[in-house]
Amino acid sequence: MAKILEKKELAPRTHYLRVHAPVIATHARPGQFVIIRLHEKGERIPLTIADSDSSVGSITLIVQEIGGTTKQIALLRTGDDIRDVLGPLGAPSEIENFGTVVLLGGGFGIAAIHPIAKALRQAGNTIISIVGARTKHLLIMEREMQAVSHEFVVMTDDGSYGRMGLVIEPLREMIEQGRAIHRVVAIGPLPMMRAVAELTRPHGIPTVVSLNPVMVDGTGMCGGCRVTVGEHTKFACVDGPEFDAHLVNFDELAARSRMYREFEELHVCRIEERLQQHEVPQGVAGQ
Amino acid sequence: MTLTPQERMKIPRHPLPAQPPELRVQCFAEVALGYDEQTAREEAMRCLQCKRPYCVDGCPVAIDIPGFLKEIVAGNIDVAAAIIKKTNSLPSICGRVCPQETQCEERCVLAKKGQPVAIGALERFVADYDRRYRLTKPEVTVKASGKKIAVVGSGPAGLTAAGTLAQMGHAVTIFEALHEPGGVLVYGIPEFRLPKEIVREEVSSLLDLGVEFNLNVLVGRTLTIDELFAAGYSAVFLAPGAGVPQFMGIPGENLNGVSSANEFLTRVNLMKAFLFPEYDTPVYCGKHVAVIGGGNTAMDAARTAKRLGPEKVYIVYRRSEKEMPARREEIEHAKEEGIEFMCLTAPVAYHSNSRGWVEEMECIRMELSEPDESGRRRPVPVPNSNFRVPVDTVIVAIGAKTNDLIVKTTGGLTVAKKGYLLVDPETQMTTRPGIFAGGDIAGGEATVIAAMGQGRVAAHSIHRYVLERG
Repeated sequence: MAKILEKKELAPRTHYLRVHAPVIATHARPGQFVIIRLHEKGERIPLTIADSDSSVGSITLIVQEIGGTTKQIALLRTGDDIRDVLGPLGAPSEIENFGTVVLLGGGFGIAAIHPIAKALRQAGNTIISIVGARTKHLLIMEREMQAVSHEFVVMTDDGSYGRMGLVIEPLREMIEQGRAIHRVVAIGPLPMMRAVAELTRPHGIPTVVSLNPVMVDGTGMCGGCRVTVGEHTKFACVDGPEFDAHLVNFDELAARSRMYREFEELHVCRIEERLQQHEVPQGVAGQ
Repeated sequence: MTLTPQERMKIPRHPLPAQPPELRVQCFAEVALGYDEQTAREEAMRCLQCKRPYCVDGCPVAIDIPGFLKEIVAGNIDVAAAIIKKTNSLPSICGRVCPQETQCEERCVLAKKGQPVAIGALERFVADYDRRYRLTKPEVTVKASGKKIAVVGSGPAGLTAAGTLAQMGHAVTIFEALHEPGGVLVYGIPEFRLPKEIVREEVSSLLDLGVEFNLNVLVGRTLTIDELFAAGYSAVFLAPGAGVPQFMGIPGENLNGVSSANEFLTRVNLMKAFLFPEYDTPVYCGKHVAVIGGGNTAMDAARTAKRLGPEKVYIVYRRSEKEMPARREEIEHAKEEGIEFMCLTAPVAYHSNSRGWVEEMECIRMELSEPDESGRRRPVPVPNSNFRVPVDTVIVAIGAKTNDLIVKTTGGLTVAKKGYLLVDPETQMTTRPGIFAGGDIAGGEATVIAAMGQGRVAAHSIHRYVLERG
């Protein structure tokens, strides 16, 4: 059991949870994730560790309501328990002094990019962050990202805040201006990560993406998270979640991410039905 | 009532009652139903009580088989249970999943001329009777040693080592990565072959012995072995399992609809996906299912798939049925349940529809040539024999590899071939003093009972090791 020490809504359908998990908090490194299971009947889902504080033994998770389980998370309150939290999982991000690193965060991918940006900054890199959201009120962690960045750009699809357009635009301009960029890290929706990979490929800029495919155990046992990287099949849970963006087979990844979508839709309908009937499993929605 | 050997030999073997196939494929309830007391006694009477019991040699944990059979005949089921439990801490599990036909029962003298005594079914009877009436209660009879032992993994090897060490007076903590203890017994072996209630009861008897379970801990990530030693553990037993499913590396293997047996079985067994959406985890199972492989895991996957209602379930195996590593009983059960066997057949590619889902399996016919190093005849492809079968679900059950997480994060361990940990077979100690290993990590995929045997050997060596070091 892991107690939720703090929960708040960062943006509509995007939630911040600080969870008591002292052993994970002391071991977590940027780029790693946890697998959580909410209750006895719950599924196991991976969530990026957005921050950890070993002094109070807490980890921070940012959750976007997408499927059945994340919709149940939305209903949790401070003081509720999460039944199972396993982690830290996955290989940590490569942190060293690369020089200038451009970090791109799309949507709630900003939560995953933040700890990496922080660590890269501590390692002496010049940090250029480009964060984006569909619209102003969906933008999260702006202050936190700004605090760890030497240069900071905000993009919104509709121009309601910062510049209008996709996060890839400022990166394109920087490359065209011939600015020295030693590494790019992109975390966000698949089309965004793919676009970044295509943009940097001809320029030979090392580019890393963090993948979030379907997982069950998160320890290498099921292989549900397999992804083709170059010539090899890799397991995102143990070999990743970060991979060389130029070697990832995004077509396959996109298809695989749809494998359980129909179930997910059915699931969401059923969860909403359950919620309407107030038949929420124990441990969810606060008592 | 004393019978002569001739009279005993005249009693025919009693078949183990089972649910009829047409009923059992509609549910996940246990297939085999077990003997009643009368049948058990009659079956136990068949034992000739050999002075030199070869059956015991065939048992990896050397259960006193004639001893417990004699007590069944005498009606002393509690004594029979105590005899079994002297060397086997998980009898209701072994009575169900042990390959008795290649172990104790193969050595039974009756097997030379006819049918061996149904030792497995009788072990199961005694263990179930014992559980139902709570005849034996595990207890620690020795003084606490004051030593802390860490066990990594709660599958058959880990549970056995933990139980044995606890009874020797040590303070044992099990570290398990999943949210439920049992390892392959809960995520791999299906409910209809091993009801999970039994695993839970075995786990609860370890709790009674004072064993602590620390779930949701992935050793190598959440904690390292060195941290365990620093926290005061005197020895560590590694039994994390084989870990990583193998794939064939053929085109189309990452298409939607293709998964490992581990994933498929974990979704259904551990996560209860067959009860989706009451349970939150879904499992995909289409109309035409191909299971690749011929081992017990392949049979489990095929029979599990069958219960999810597809039109056809195939077993695709590259050698002939005779070479299948699965237990005979599992093969027969699978056939009774309508699983179609495509032997001497190997998939070479999977073809997709426009949405990235598997639609067809391309296979090639095989024929057997000379025996290979495993002693089985090596399958070779028949040229130009490719053919296609429409399938929308493929479950790959061709074995597992080791997960190198512990080796990577622990100094001093030596890896033998295929990533298995090098251990001294006499003691199960690895190349680093104080670290022992057993089960799949220490020797390749084997049976539940082989893992338990190693867990038991390791427990005894750990006991000696920690006492010698004072």
